[in-house]
Amino acid sequence: MHVDRNEFHPLEVDRIREDFPIFAGDSPIAYLDSAASSQTARCVLEAMDGYYESYRSNIHRGIYHISEEATAAYEDARQKIARFISARRASQVVFTRNTTESINLVAHSWGNANIGRDDEILLTVMEHHSNLVPWQLLAERTGATLRFIEVTDEGLLQLDDLDQLLTERTKLVAITHVSNVLGTINPVWEITAAAHSVGATVLIDAAQSVPHLPVDAQALDCDFLAFSGHKMCGPTGVGVLYGKRELLEEMPPFLGGGSMIRAVQRERSTYADVPARFEAGTPAIAEAIGLGHAVDYLEKIGLDAVHAHEQQIIDYAHQKLSEIDGITIYGPKPRMKAGVITFNLEGIHPHDLAGVLDTTGVAVRAGHHCAQPLMQHYGVIATARASFYLYNTMEDVDRLYDGALKAQNLLARRQG
Amino acid sequence: MNIYEEDILDHYENPSNYGTLEKPDISYEEDNPLCGDQIRMDLEVEDGVIKDVRFSGHGCTISQAAASMLTEEVKGQALDDVKKLSKDDILEMLGIPLGPVRLKCGLLALKVLKAGAYGIKGWPGEEDDEEE
Repeated sequence: MHVDRNEFHPLEVDRIREDFPIFAGDSPIAYLDSAASSQTARCVLEAMDGYYESYRSNIHRGIYHISEEATAAYEDARQKIARFISARRASQVVFTRNTTESINLVAHSWGNANIGRDDEILLTVMEHHSNLVPWQLLAERTGATLRFIEVTDEGLLQLDDLDQLLTERTKLVAITHVSNVLGTINPVWEITAAAHSVGATVLIDAAQSVPHLPVDAQALDCDFLAFSGHKMCGPTGVGVLYGKRELLEEMPPFLGGGSMIRAVQRERSTYADVPARFEAGTPAIAEAIGLGHAVDYLEKIGLDAVHAHEQQIIDYAHQKLSEIDGITIYGPKPRMKAGVITFNLEGIHPHDLAGVLDTTGVAVRAGHHCAQPLMQHYGVIATARASFYLYNTMEDVDRLYDGALKAQNLLARRQG
Repeated sequence: MNIYEEDILDHYENPSNYGTLEKPDISYEEDNPLCGDQIRMDLEVEDGVIKDVRFSGHGCTISQAAASMLTEEVKGQALDDVKKLSKDDILEMLGIPLGPVRLKCGLLALKVLKAGAYGIKGWPGEEDDEEE
């Protein structure tokens, strides 16, 4: 399929770029690393400044005006996020630090109480370490067994043998919605339904999907959903755990401290209702408020439009990069994946490629992308990855292409 | 300054002392888990002097060029003097500034050399921190 660089675009990218301070100036960076962390929208920064400048105070329990204002803003952010992912109630949204902490919360609180020695946890080979290592640790604590859905050569989940992998022993299925390396969009709805049919609980790592696609937690019917604010135009330091109400209410606390208690005596305590039970200590108040505004911003633009825009860019990126001699692109074809392209150039270490690209103002990630089992599957140590978001342009792809050719001219001829 | 200076590219293209020794007195290998760069250092030592040295492995330009430069530097040196080589010496050999991530690429060869020769396991420049 040929992509015309100048065809109709689903987003007014020039106008969107004005919302991101980092792209101001005459020679803006070609930022192709949003899968690691996105840029922050100005409205998010302003919302956080507003908190710090005019009503900065701790939330809950403050019997004065600005504390009530801060509490209202924090809880308002929870409402916005609940609506954004179609949660039934705001209390199903727990603020955490990031996806990693959300998953660790489930692994400790739900996992310790529900996983035993004869149980199995089903993962996939394409998981980010954050949705793998917490389960390895849980398996070490409990003696449970980890099993894996394999990945096909084209970068899709090998679901033919899902029926054999899912048994009455399977207590948990923890899968990524979108691969952070390959961009593969996994059929999580089908996997969730299959997992539920054997009585397993399902956690979806939505770090790479919630920022880029419309995600409806109720429609997916997953039991837990985890994502990070910093990948969706929000600040660092705040993430979300969504959970089904009956599960969250049954779960014991994760971290102990202030805010998560109902009454404390010398020897024991009773715990607050959800979500407060899982938010011990002063949370990232400014960041949560900022994330609420990031959600407003994304809703205003529309996740459908964001996804369509990324599809157009990824089509063009595939077409353009495929012209390069000696390139290997990993993962599925465009239209079957999100805005991520992972590749290697023959004879060039991805660190060197990223280094040369950096000299031309193009930021890509190079390495194992916290997905070493997937790298092992492809038999590579590292790859280069360009990832796109609503503010990226076709020109960014051209700059990636030009930089890759520059790296080849500089480095590939030297392979001996 | 461009980190892909000709000097570095030359060392990458035509590394000095590349290969292995048949009967090394010291042989040590390590990788940088961050990027998979891998370096092995073989040393032949006689009367406390490095008589011969070879390195092998794979990785990015910086890691391989630094290894090549380091072998040139230490050949003929007293083994005790190698212990004094520091992060700054490597940066001087490379002649370019390196950010924190690429710094590890540049220092891997020295790390392997010191680990093999003296059992010093930390990254050059960070050993003191680890002892505290």
